[in-house]
Amino acid sequence: MKTSVNIRVNGTLRTHDVEPRVLLVHFLRDLCGLTGTHVGCETTLCGACTVLLNGQAVKACTILAVQADGGEVTTIEGLASNGRLHPVQEAFWECHGLQCGFCTPGMILASVELLQHNPQPSREEIAHAIDGNLCRCTGYSHIIDAVQCAAKKMAQPGEAK
Amino acid sequence: MKSAKSNGYIGQAIKRVEDPRLMQGRATFVDDLRLPGMLHAAVLRSPHAHATILGLKTEAAKALPGVTDVFTGAEINQACGLVPCSASMPDLKAPKHTVLAGDRVYFVGHPVAIVVAASPSIARDALDLIEVDYDPLPAVANPEKALEKESPLTHPDHGTNVAFTWLLANGDVDGLFAQADRVIKQRIVHQRLTPMAIEPRGCVASFHAGEGSLTLWTSTQIPHLVRTLLPGMIGVAENKLRIVTPEVGGGFGSKLNLYVEEAMCSHLAMRLGAPVKWIEGRRENAMATIHGRDQIGEYELAVKNDGTVLAIKARTIADLGSYLQLLTPTIPTLTGLMISGCYKLKAVRFELTGVYTNKMATDAYRGAGRPEATYALERLMDLAAAELGLDPVKMRLKNFPKPGEFPFHTVTGLAYDSGNYQRALKKAQDLASWDALLEQRDAARQAGRLFGIGLSTYVEICGLGPSKIMAAGGWEWGCVRIEISGKVTAITGTTPHGQGQETSFAQIVGDRLGVPMDDIVVLRGDTASAHFGRDTYGSRATVLGGTALLMSVDKIIAKAKILAGALLGASAKKIDFRGGKFWVKGKPKNALDWKRLAQEAYVAKNLPANFEPGLEASSFFEPKNCTYPFGTHIVAAEVERETGDVTIVKYVAVDDCGPQVNPLLVEGQLQGGIAHSLGQVLFERTVYDGDGQLLTGEFTDYSMPRARDIPEYVIGSTVTPSPSNPLGIKGVGEAGTIGANPAIANAVMDALAPLGIRHVDLPLLPEKLWRAIEEKTAELRKKKPRSQS
Ligand code: FES
Ligand code: FES
Repeated sequence: MKTSVNIRVNGTLRTHDVEPRVLLVHFLRDLCGLTGTHVGCETTLCGACTVLLNGQAVKACTILAVQADGGEVTTIEGLASNGRLHPVQEAFWECHGLQCGFCTPGMILASVELLQHNPQPSREEIAHAIDGNLCRCTGYSHIIDAVQCAAKKMAQPGEAK
Repeated sequence: MKSAKSNGYIGQAIKRVEDPRLMQGRATFVDDLRLPGMLHAAVLRSPHAHATILGLKTEAAKALPGVTDVFTGAEINQACGLVPCSASMPDLKAPKHTVLAGDRVYFVGHPVAIVVAASPSIARDALDLIEVDYDPLPAVANPEKALEKESPLTHPDHGTNVAFTWLLANGDVDGLFAQADRVIKQRIVHQRLTPMAIEPRGCVASFHAGEGSLTLWTSTQIPHLVRTLLPGMIGVAENKLRIVTPEVGGGFGSKLNLYVEEAMCSHLAMRLGAPVKWIEGRRENAMATIHGRDQIGEYELAVKNDGTVLAIKARTIADLGSYLQLLTPTIPTLTGLMISGCYKLKAVRFELTGVYTNKMATDAYRGAGRPEATYALERLMDLAAAELGLDPVKMRLKNFPKPGEFPFHTVTGLAYDSGNYQRALKKAQDLASWDALLEQRDAARQAGRLFGIGLSTYVEICGLGPSKIMAAGGWEWGCVRIEISGKVTAITGTTPHGQGQETSFAQIVGDRLGVPMDDIVVLRGDTASAHFGRDTYGSRATVLGGTALLMSVDKIIAKAKILAGALLGASAKKIDFRGGKFWVKGKPKNALDWKRLAQEAYVAKNLPANFEPGLEASSFFEPKNCTYPFGTHIVAAEVERETGDVTIVKYVAVDDCGPQVNPLLVEGQLQGGIAHSLGQVLFERTVYDGDGQLLTGEFTDYSMPRARDIPEYVIGSTVTPSPSNPLGIKGVGEAGTIGANPAIANAVMDALAPLGIRHVDLPLLPEKLWRAIEEKTAELRKKKPRSQS
């Protein structure tokens, strides 16, 4: 009763036969070996498993791999390009937007999605955008700083949007 | 030891070395480990708070394809030993807590059976096939009810729910209470909290049959203590155990423990001859990882009319839950030790009763006993100021020790190392624009709004601590090695899990050695490389671990001077060292660097007589005292009359943790800690119903702060070095959770004061505040008939 699933992950087509109940997060972690996507709850509540599916931030613990069949997924491993950190990663680094780093992949991808459609978000808008992402370490303040800092970086000419 | 001089890294807000791997998904957490032939464990847990197990059927689970085996208490408890607890009160009654339940479960989440299977999903499926015949027993969840005569007993063979009693008494309490102009009394409930690290616990155990040795990768704060304690549970000798903590996704005290799953996976890896992995689910984390706080206290403060505080009395109950984890009974005693706070009290009596209930064990959660002390005392100070009609700021200033009075000996028996409480308070007032804030409050009140200002002046005990006060020793270890290439490896016995010591320790070592940070690697969290350590908790890592590394660096420098002298034809005394270079006094042109000296030291062809090859040194740092960081937090808050919602209008924190190695990391620790307090004050609470059912078993029911709950902070600092270590640092990991609670709560209570509301227990949920407001408004309306208003 396994189904073949094809997902383009970070630009590479990945094909695996999976049980229908396999979640996207386990497809990524266990079958693709991409363990940067984390599991904090498996119930859509913490956001640690956030990835981009067809450009949209989604919680990979709430989507079945079969539902993502034919889609394109960006995980945290695929965000830097040509050895260069994404501006959001740069900004998280500069602003100390992470401590233990467990929530970080999800936080960064949720922020990337926000900046795609709102390049100059206010603190409130950032807080709203990461409302589904829990962090127990940072107290969020540095994360919000980081997203604002990333917005500034991305507004500079020549930066990847 | 010389005082640590900075060559430039210490004090700088340097970006973390840890971050690139964490930000790119390249870091390894326990769940990311995959070993060949690895099996997966899942734990069946009791749905009952208290029940007898009449029967357990595992055949169907065992028969499920992919299941390796299923074990019950009868099959595993004999082999695994009891869960250790370090406390030693003379009258302590401790249940023998086995890894799996025997014939009785006594809390929701109590492990009953463990399944090992080829995949996590098969293991979970198999749990559903285990049949347990429970006969429910009466349970008790409320610690005050547990003390009543007719209460159900958590451990019937104890004949009581009292686990222990503990008394801290000093000074003429009764005499001073008799002299008091007023006695301020308040009952305060410190609600139970769930630490909720975003990474749940987890471990992988692998047995190496050839050597008879075992490696355990585990998401813990204390690999070294696990290595000390695990032999007693699984029978593998300490020197055949390697404990590794890869990345740890947050701890906050909840991973400062040895848990049954770590012992069971280790045992089963040996028994089954295959690596065994267990990853905790979120529900399991909420029900079977330690909880924090949970004390109820009746506090009394004796004061004079002029605001002088004389003495404090407390009768407190600590709800320990149903059994003892590593530090369960110890945590509430820290409340007693810190109950005199920043003030010159003359007498104290702190009576503590530890009580068993049918709930998960409590233990260290960020702050660990100290937030309770600060919160209770700072609430009492505000209540006293209000009753005496005094300014809460002046009242505090009146009772502080003066800067010249340090080391300050408290009535609870501690010696505060250094402090200038007045300066921190003044700075916080300045940053808060105190007078303008008072005017803002006046204006808001005139407009009928509920606006309040709260303040907390706190001191905490950190850098734990001298070995005489720590059950397993309070020293810390560090090792520094100049490699043959001249690169530097620093190994710490502390176990950072988000605090960033791979960076701050490289700053400390880099400055002292005069080498670039890029040439330094800091190793941590693996007992195979960090041979000794007492790990990370109690805001100790930088204070003690940093010092142990510094001591090692000094030993290497001393040795390198001898070698440099021999190579340059001078005695070691004639050698100058600065910026990573050694030269004969007056001849800086002929300097030798670390690279050259390292080659000479290891190739060992030109060594002076009796000179051991190599440039490596390790050190144990035994502190003489703990450290006592302090500060003032000021909060302005507004409560919405119609909804009871609280808005933090202003948040000012001034913390003195001594000199800051990396201000960026200090700020991160503070903000993180304050967020925990915001949660505790405004909405967090672990709830069990009367029958011991856990109602907050998920993120849906246990509300933690989200980004939208966070105010903008004004953060400042003062710097009062500690004489307890050469860097003068005091530690900062828990300042936020200790200093913030009372400031936020006092602000909300101040907002409600005009209505005559004196105290509301945490968390200050909108509903609770709304009810309190409604009740008082109704009373006021009754007193003042409508026609006149
Ligand atoms: S793991 Fe997906 S939201 Fe928590
Ligand atoms: S950095 Fe630890 S949970 Fe966010």
